Amino acid sequence: MEDHQHQLVPSEMALRVKALESLLVEKGLVDPAALDALVDTYENRVGPRNGARVVARAWTDPAYKERLLRDAPGAIAELGFLSMQGEHMVVLENTPRVHNMVVCTLCSCYPWPVLGLPPVWYKSAPYRSRAVIDPRGVLREFGVEIAPEVEVRVWDSTAELRYIVLPERPAGTEAATEDALADLVTRDSMIGVALVRLA
Amino acid sequence: MNGIHDMGGMHGFGPVQAEKDEPVFHEPWEGRTHALNRALGAWKKWNIDTGRFGIEQIPPAEYLRMSYYEKWFTRNVELLVKTGLVSRAELESGRPEPGSALRTPPLRAGGVAAIALDRGIASSVEPAVTPLFAIGERVRAKNIQPVGHTRLPRYARGKTGEIHLDHGVYAFPDTSAHGLGENRQHVYSVRFAARELWGHEAPARDSVHIDLWDEYLERA
Repeated sequence: MEDHQHQLVPSEMALRVKALESLLVEKGLVDPAALDALVDTYENRVGPRNGARVVARAWTDPAYKERLLRDAPGAIAELGFLSMQGEHMVVLENTPRVHNMVVCTLCSCYPWPVLGLPPVWYKSAPYRSRAVIDPRGVLREFGVEIAPEVEVRVWDSTAELRYIVLPERPAGTEAATEDALADLVTRDSMIGVALVRLA
Repeated sequence: MNGIHDMGGMHGFGPVQAEKDEPVFHEPWEGRTHALNRALGAWKKWNIDTGRFGIEQIPPAEYLRMSYYEKWFTRNVELLVKTGLVSRAELESGRPEPGSALRTPPLRAGGVAAIALDRGIASSVEPAVTPLFAIGERVRAKNIQPVGHTRLPRYARGKTGEIHLDHGVYAFPDTSAHGLGENRQHVYSVRFAARELWGHEAPARDSVHIDLWDEYLERA
C-alpha cells in the first residue's frame, strides 16, 4: 500500500530532473529523442548478455580466446559489442590457480559495452571499501569460497581500462552449444564475484 | 583529494547488499539523469576527470546520503553553471533567460548507438611518450596528498609493487581535471601483494592490481 502510494506521487528527485530536462530542451542543449534513445539503449540493448556471448565464444573457439586475451577490444568488436576505437578492455582469465575480481574503489568504473550499467551493490560503499582489503570475505557473501592455495587477484579500475573476467567453464558442459553456454554465464561471474555453475 | 570517495580499505559499511533481479534504473528519473549526463557530455565543455572531480566535491555526509544518480544530478547542475551552459537564474525559474540563444544539441537520437559502444577515451600508442618504467620493475606509489583530483588511491600510497602491464598512454587526471592540460603519459597495471597493502595477516598469495600513471610512481 505504502509502495503503491509512493509511485503515484512523483519523488522530489523526479520533479527536479523533469524541471532540468525541460529547461535544457527549451534551451536547445539536449534533444529529448536522444535521451529516449539513450535510456532505451541501456535498458534494452546493452547488458551482460553481450559479455556472455564473448565468454561463450572464448570457451568454444580457442583461437578466439587467444585473440580475446591478447587484444580484448578487437575481439569484442568482432562480435559487434565495441567499436574499434572504443575504450580499452582487458580480459582476465580465471584458472584453477587464479581467481580475478573487479572493483572501482574511487567511483563506479565498469565495462558498459559488455556488461551494461553496474548494479547498485557494485557502486556501493560496502563493495568499494571491502573488495580490496577483504575480497575473500566479500566472495563468501556471494556464496563463493576460494581455496587458500588459489590467488585472489583484485583489479581496482582506477584508470580508463575496463576489466571483464573470463570465468572458468564448468565441468559437464563439453557437449553444450555456444548458445547454451552463453545462457549459463551470469553478470556476477564476469565481475568475478560468482562462479559459472550448471543451472 | 583525500575524500570520502576514496573508499578502498575502509571498515564499517556493512555487508554487500545485492538486489535480486535488479532493474537497470529503479525509477524513470534515474534513466533520464543517466541520459542527460551523456547528452551534455557531447558539448565537450568538461571531460571525464572534471566530471569525477565534481562528484568528489560533494561534501562527505551528502555523498554518503545521496543515491548514485542523485550525485550525478548534483554534479551536472554544478558543471552546467560553472561552464555557463545554464545560469543560476534559469535553474531557479526553470525557463531560459529572455534573449538567450537557442542552441542545437550536438547529440541527436541517431548518434546514440555509436556512443553506447565507444566512450571516446581510447588508449593510444604514442612512441613520442617514453614510458618511465618497464614491465617487471619494482616501483613505489608516491606518498603524496593532492588536494585536487587524483586517481592514486590512499591505500596504495607509499606501497611497493611491480609493473605488470603497460597499458599505453592516457591523459593525466590530476592536471586534466583542472584544465591544466592532458599531460599524457603511460599507465601501468601495478601488482601489489595483499600483505604489502594490508599487513602480514592478509593471505600470502593474494594481490591487488591498480592502474597507475607514470607520475604516481617512483623506483623502489
